[in-house]
Amino acid sequence: MKLLIRKPGILTTVQDLGRTSHQALGINPNGVMDRTAARLINALLGNDDNEAVLETHFPAVEVEFGSGCSFAIGGADLGAELSGIPIRNWSSLAAKPGDVLRFTKPSCGMRPYLAVAGGFAIDKWLGSCSTNLIAGAGGRNGSSLKAADVIALREPRMTASHTIGPSMTPKYSRFPTVRVVAGGEFGLLTAISEKAFLSDGFTITSDSNRMGYRLSGPPIHLLHTKEMVSAAVTFGTIQLLPDGQLIVLMADHQTAGGYPRIANVISADLPLLAQLGANDGVSFHLVTIDEAERVAAEFERNLCRLRTGINLLG
Amino acid sequence: MRIFPLGDSAATIEFGNEISIDSNNRSIALARSLSRHPFGGMIEAVPAYASVTVLYDPTITRFGAVRSIIENSVDTSDAFADKPSEIIEIPIEISGNRSPDLHRIAEYADLKEVEVLEIFLSQTYRVFMLGFLPGFAYMGEVDDRIAAPRLETPRTKVPMGSVGIAGKQTGIYPLESPGGWNIIGRTDLKLFDPTSDHPCLLKPGYEVRFVRC
Repeated sequence: MKLLIRKPGILTTVQDLGRTSHQALGINPNGVMDRTAARLINALLGNDDNEAVLETHFPAVEVEFGSGCSFAIGGADLGAELSGIPIRNWSSLAAKPGDVLRFTKPSCGMRPYLAVAGGFAIDKWLGSCSTNLIAGAGGRNGSSLKAADVIALREPRMTASHTIGPSMTPKYSRFPTVRVVAGGEFGLLTAISEKAFLSDGFTITSDSNRMGYRLSGPPIHLLHTKEMVSAAVTFGTIQLLPDGQLIVLMADHQTAGGYPRIANVISADLPLLAQLGANDGVSFHLVTIDEAERVAAEFERNLCRLRTGINLLG
Repeated sequence: MRIFPLGDSAATIEFGNEISIDSNNRSIALARSLSRHPFGGMIEAVPAYASVTVLYDPTITRFGAVRSIIENSVDTSDAFADKPSEIIEIPIEISGNRSPDLHRIAEYADLKEVEVLEIFLSQTYRVFMLGFLPGFAYMGEVDDRIAAPRLETPRTKVPMGSVGIAGKQTGIYPLESPGGWNIIGRTDLKLFDPTSDHPCLLKPGYEVRFVRC
């Protein structure tokens, strides 16, 4: 009834959809970077939408199943193998006791996810299983996983095998265009900067992590400097730094920021951003809030349909 | 007042762009009113210096609906009634290694270190907002004479409990962290305790005095 961590990988943490209601206390929300991946593999296994998963990076975690259990992986493709046999993303699969899951080579994306049927037995902190590395709380002992850690499985079970078709899985790319809605200071961009923001590409620099991605690209300017005081920011907020470069806040973002808010990446496209690494690129496409809400609602309807289908098939 | 979307799952209501007691009172009052009477789909109201950001579940409600609720039904006129009746006292130790930037502030102010301390300790500070780190309170306002700007090169490690000045703001590092504030002293008081149901000692609207120990 457990999972043994044979190798911890460079950064492997327990995450759910985030600690959503303590930002007023300065507690950063954390949670998976790629919410769509986590939600889809939990749906495959009949788990709750917010069930905790493991998020890993390359070199990735290597785990041994202590008991038979269905599991699923999704997100980045890092050449996963189960006891030496290549396995694919977006399918519910069966592990036997003693089976070893490892990730052999980066192929597409930065962050794969592992969910097990019935979930991991992780205590919640402030309502969430997500690991908060700054506070040293949540997840497993408030830290990333270590070699020889053992994570208990809550209700391991075998489920029927299902696969999610490509129509629902994210279209990952190393150079995606992500949609944004205008932020509080978007209207202050110079005409040249607005055009550059929406038509030039930006490169993800090596100074990028779960807190945020620093971008490199054409310098962006406001018409005039604006007096700013710190205000809340969120996952996907694009801030303009004093040197004219942009930063996109990601899952481990601080709760407040005092830089101009140029735009916010829409939630449907955050997974595309979540799978980027250093030297990958991104372009921005402006949509209205109505369009962002329409896209989000469409995903929710499809996820609901998927869950219903999986439950009917058993 | 200005309302704009912060992505498709949050809206920011802005009362101003400066540090003022009035804008901060309105922000705290609005956040409190929303927290007491949350609308369907609301996750949290996050007050800041001069704004409130409402986080919501976009599968339940939408920006247009949130904007109407804020515009039509929220009264921020009654400022907050239930801030603590007493001022929270924070004991701080002043010593060479606990006050590494005291000389720098004194230099900035062209005052003696003891005079800097006297000015700093004589003031009552308001908690304007929390952010940066879990339980980190942005407090003010620091007397202009000792409002030294941030260090040009932030330290990679500031010890837990360090009390700092950054311009007219003062704050206490609840955890060890990188930081660029001028450290004037250190407290042993726990500002942030993850094992508690109420993990943060300070909340927006509280008042604080520093006492030398």
